[in-house]
Parts: sequence; structure tokens; C-alpha cells
Amino acid sequence: MADITESRIAAQSTAHPAKRIKWEAVGDHAILIAGALLMLVPVYMIFASSSWNDITLHREGLQFGFSDDMANNYNAALFEYGGFTDSVNGVTMLANSLILGIGFAIGKIIVGMMAAYAIVYFRLRFATLAFWMIFTTLLLPLEVRILPSYEVITWMNLGNTYTGLIVPLIASATATFFFRQFFMSVPEELIEAARIDGAGPVKFFIDILVPLSQTMIAAMFIIMFVFGWNQYLWPTLITTDESLFTLVRGIRQIMQAYSDGSTTPEYGEAAALAIIAMTPPVLVVVFFQSWFVKGLTESDK
Amino acid sequence: MAKVKLDGVRKVYPNGVEAVEPCHVDIPDGELVVLVGPSGCGKSTLLRMVAGLEEITDGTLHIGDTVMNDVEPANRNIAMVFQNYALYPHMTVAKNMGYGLKNRGLPKTEIAQKVAEAAKMLNLEDYLNRRPSQLSGGQRQRVAMGRAIVRSPELFLFDEPLSNLDAKLRNQMRIEIRALQQRLGVTAMYVTHDQVEAMTLADRIIVLNAGRIEQIGTPAEIYSQPASTFVASFMGAPPMNIFTGTSDGQQATLDGGLSLNGAGAPSQTGKIQIGIRPEDVALDPSGPLPFEVDIVEELGAHRLLHGQLSGQPFSVSLNKDEPASTGPTKIALKPGAVHFFDAEAGRRL
Repeated sequence: MADITESRIAAQSTAHPAKRIKWEAVGDHAILIAGALLMLVPVYMIFASSSWNDITLHREGLQFGFSDDMANNYNAALFEYGGFTDSVNGVTMLANSLILGIGFAIGKIIVGMMAAYAIVYFRLRFATLAFWMIFTTLLLPLEVRILPSYEVITWMNLGNTYTGLIVPLIASATATFFFRQFFMSVPEELIEAARIDGAGPVKFFIDILVPLSQTMIAAMFIIMFVFGWNQYLWPTLITTDESLFTLVRGIRQIMQAYSDGSTTPEYGEAAALAIIAMTPPVLVVVFFQSWFVKGLTESDK
Repeated sequence: MAKVKLDGVRKVYPNGVEAVEPCHVDIPDGELVVLVGPSGCGKSTLLRMVAGLEEITDGTLHIGDTVMNDVEPANRNIAMVFQNYALYPHMTVAKNMGYGLKNRGLPKTEIAQKVAEAAKMLNLEDYLNRRPSQLSGGQRQRVAMGRAIVRSPELFLFDEPLSNLDAKLRNQMRIEIRALQQRLGVTAMYVTHDQVEAMTLADRIIVLNAGRIEQIGTPAEIYSQPASTFVASFMGAPPMNIFTGTSDGQQATLDGGLSLNGAGAPSQTGKIQIGIRPEDVALDPSGPLPFEVDIVEELGAHRLLHGQLSGQPFSVSLNKDEPASTGPTKIALKPGAVHFFDAEAGRRL
């Protein structure tokens, strides 16, 4: 809000008398533009390159202009079966990535909300201890405990399954922590009113707490979906069956052909796949952001 | 509708603090009782114990003929109105009011009918599909009242329901609450720290101080026969003047040497406290008591004179028609104006 009003005031004051150049604003914008370019140019380059054939890309590197192989490359990226066993194409990988991203985000939100609900609203013995134990898992991301996690998952015969792909990632405290902070800000009187209205713990959770947390859930979903989508190490480790490959993995798979030496790496297809891999997280952010900004401004709690 | 009986009800927090000392209260059916006292006196704790939101340490609580000590709040057949309204922000007004009924498993048509009835009573018919955030403070308070009414409870509990409203709206809502309670004839307990609210609303007032009941009585009793110096100075604005003095069994004398002739005296002799309400005094040039006026405060309908009586601070409240000025004057006491309290505990003598 503050930014909006400030910039509005700035706009008014610059528009009003004889136009003076505000060097401060020019400087600010120069920095912003430079930052934006730094982020966007690589995206543009990969997009432009996805319209070239493999040979040009191999010879001349990434391209700034457009060529006419775009349809070919995207078609190949999406529908051409590849990989070692010829059992996976772009669409399968896209589906796998979506299952991982959405499954991870939803699983994490459900587990996090329920854990936070237990910690905040019930007088459990050792509740504080439990919270801090959950909290310390923030210091132990999957990468740190990857060997034991792998051991456990293979021992449970969950290698090459979606369950094995998603569940170990869910075990971390971020969502629990955010929901705990949010629940603690819900006024006490609301809980008491619900008790008098005859809402038991389950009803209170579903009828009142979950709807109140909408904005929080949306925010968590964005963060968690993108985090899950971008997972690389764990899917690489746990999925050997190519039909379970995710997009992020798949890009690498194509580039790997390089090491075989026998064929030209399919650079154009890889660039197209990179663009495809970028699209869903961008869409999720764009879609949910408008939704939760609306939720945040309607501040009634 | 039900009578309420608190028998030795007491609250001790786990850290050993006694928030409410054992108290005995009988509330007959249909009465509106106001619990009043300064912040931290235990009035809210007492109400919350009746609601079931706070556990009762000792004693028994009856609502109707049932012991309610260990009954869940939802099953006590009560309704509570909170200070911050405690409306569910994501539900419409109608859903807010009907939520308790829905949890009781009433059919939808019946809920809708009861909600419509309550909304009509509270002039909320046009707002049933709005969210609480789209309502003004007074309307939110009405929704909270509506939520209480639809449950047709045996007992209303109000926890400072008007303290978030502005002064004008507060007066208006006060009258509405009183009218509504009388129309429905439901027993009610009402917590406030505002003594004006207590006086105007109550059938009976319970004055609490530091977890102890100081006095239970009708507003008139509380005002004219305060049981202690605490009640005397808490109820009434401006508060009662309290002097230190002595009594010889025949006559009371203020410290400073001024004797209150004809005002009577308690049988207890020695040091006492003497109370005189600012309104129970008349300016009278031929009166017996010399009064030195330092400041005159204009309040429109009244005028407050602050000064010294027998060397102790004293305030007098006069009607706007009576002339007043600073300087020495004389006053006379109206009959029954003088209250005697013991020197240490401040109990009425």
C-alpha cells in the first residue's frame, strides 16, 4: 500500500509544475531495468534459441533472433518419445512434474495445518518440545538426510512410485511454522464463540480455521508448488523408471546425449523443454498472486 | 429461562493466583444482573466460569436445576456476546447467526426461519447476505446479539459488549439490549467496567473488587447504601467524598476539627471514615459548615465545586440554576447524606 501511495504522490508532483527531471527516480529505474534485464534476457535467449535447429545451436551457441524450427522443436519436446527406453515424452514428464508439484504442495499444506492446529490449540504435554523438534527439521532439508531417506524409501519398496517421490519431501517444518504463526494471530474470542456454538475441534478446524486461512493456504501453495516443481536431486535418485521422470530431470536427459558422442545433442528440443518447464510455475504465481493479494487487502480476521 | 445459582464458586489459576474468591450469588429467573468493577477484579473470569470457558476451581454452579460445572459450553444452553463481537469473518450475517443451530442439527428451513425472526427484531433484514467486514460497529454488535437470540438460550452472557462502540451508539445499544432482554424475559449476566451502564441496565448490580464481591443490590441500594468505601467511590460520578474522622458514639468529627452536628454517628468509637455524596449537599449561607471553594467546573447540567472542607478535599455537585463562585461559603447537608465506614476495611457501619 505504502509503495502505491508514494508512487502516486510522486506521479502527481512530477506531473504538476514545469516538468523537472527527478534524477533520483531515473537512478532507481535504471537499477530496476538493469535487474529486470538480467533476469529476462536469459529467458528470452532460451526462448529464441528454441526456434533454431540443433546444428546451428551446436555450432554458434545460443541465439538472439528467431528461426523457423520452433514448431518442430516444441513438437519434438512434447510428443517425441525419448530416453533410454523410449518410454517417456514431454507430456508424460509434464504430468509427472504436475503430480509432484501439486501433490507436494497439497500434502505439505495438509500436514502443516494439522500439525500447527495440534500445537496451537491443544494443551498437549511436551507441545513446545514437539514444536521445536519439528522446527529443527528446517535445518535438515532432504539433501542433508538424503541417504537415510533413500534407504527408508527403498526398504519400503516405494522406489519408482509417486508416493516415494512426494512423501519424503513433505517432511519439513516450513508450512507448520507459518501456519502456527497464523493460527496464533486468530483472536481467542472466535474460538470461544465457536465453542459456545457447539463446534467441536474438527468442526472448528474445517468450518472456521480453514476458511480463515485461505490467503495463507494460497501463499503456501505458491511457494510449495514451485519448490516441489524445481526438485532435482531427489527425483533423480528415487526414480529410475523413465516413465516417472519429471521435466526438470528430462532436460538433463536430453543434454546427456552429448556424452554419447554419436549424435548431435538435441539443443533445440532442450531449449523448448526448458521453456515448457518454466511455464507452469509462472502461471501458478501469476494466478494465485492476484488471488491472495485480494485476500490480504480484505483484512478481516 | 432459568435461575442461576453460584454456590461458593471460586477460581484459582495454576500459578496460585486467586482470581475469584468463593462467591454466593442467586439470580432469579428473568433478572438482568450486572457485574461491575475495575479491570482485573475478576468480573470477566466469573462470567467465563458461568459460560464454561473457564474451569471452576471450587463450588457449584447451577443453571436452572442442573449442576453445570463440567458441562460443555455448547450444552449449557447459554449464549454469549463478546466485546469484539467474535463474528466469523468469512460467513455472512445469516450464517453467523445460524451456525450454532446448524451444529445442533436443526433443519435448514427452521434455521432460516429463526434467523429471519431475529433479524427482524434487530433490523438486520437488509444485511443478511453481507459479511461482518461490510457492517458498522453497531450493526456487528446487533449480529452478535442475533446470534445469541436465535439459540433461544436460558441465559444471556454479555462480556463488555458495548465498550468498542462510540458514546452515542453505546447509549442507544444499551437501551436496545435492555428492551430486548425484557421482551424475551431471559435471565442475563452482563459484565462492564462502566458504572453508568451498570446503573441504567441492571435489575441488580454485583460490585466486585480484587476478586471479592463487595456488594449485591439494586442500583438504588448500591447508590444510597454502599456497603464499603470501595463501592461508594466506584459507583457514582463524581465519586463520593471520603473523609477521615473520629466518632465518640454521639457525634462524628472530621479530622481538622469540624463536627457534623445532627448527622448522627455510628456506635463504634475511635477512628472512622465518613462519606458524603457531592449531590447530597446544598449551598446555604446560613448553613453550619464552612466550605472553601477553589475551582468551579462547568458541566452544563451541573456545576462541580472543588475545595476544602475541614482541611480535606471536598467536591460538591450543584444544579445548573444555582449560582456558584470561588471563595469561602457555607453548606448544609441533606438528610441522610452522611455515610460511616470503619477506618481500616472500609466496611459500612
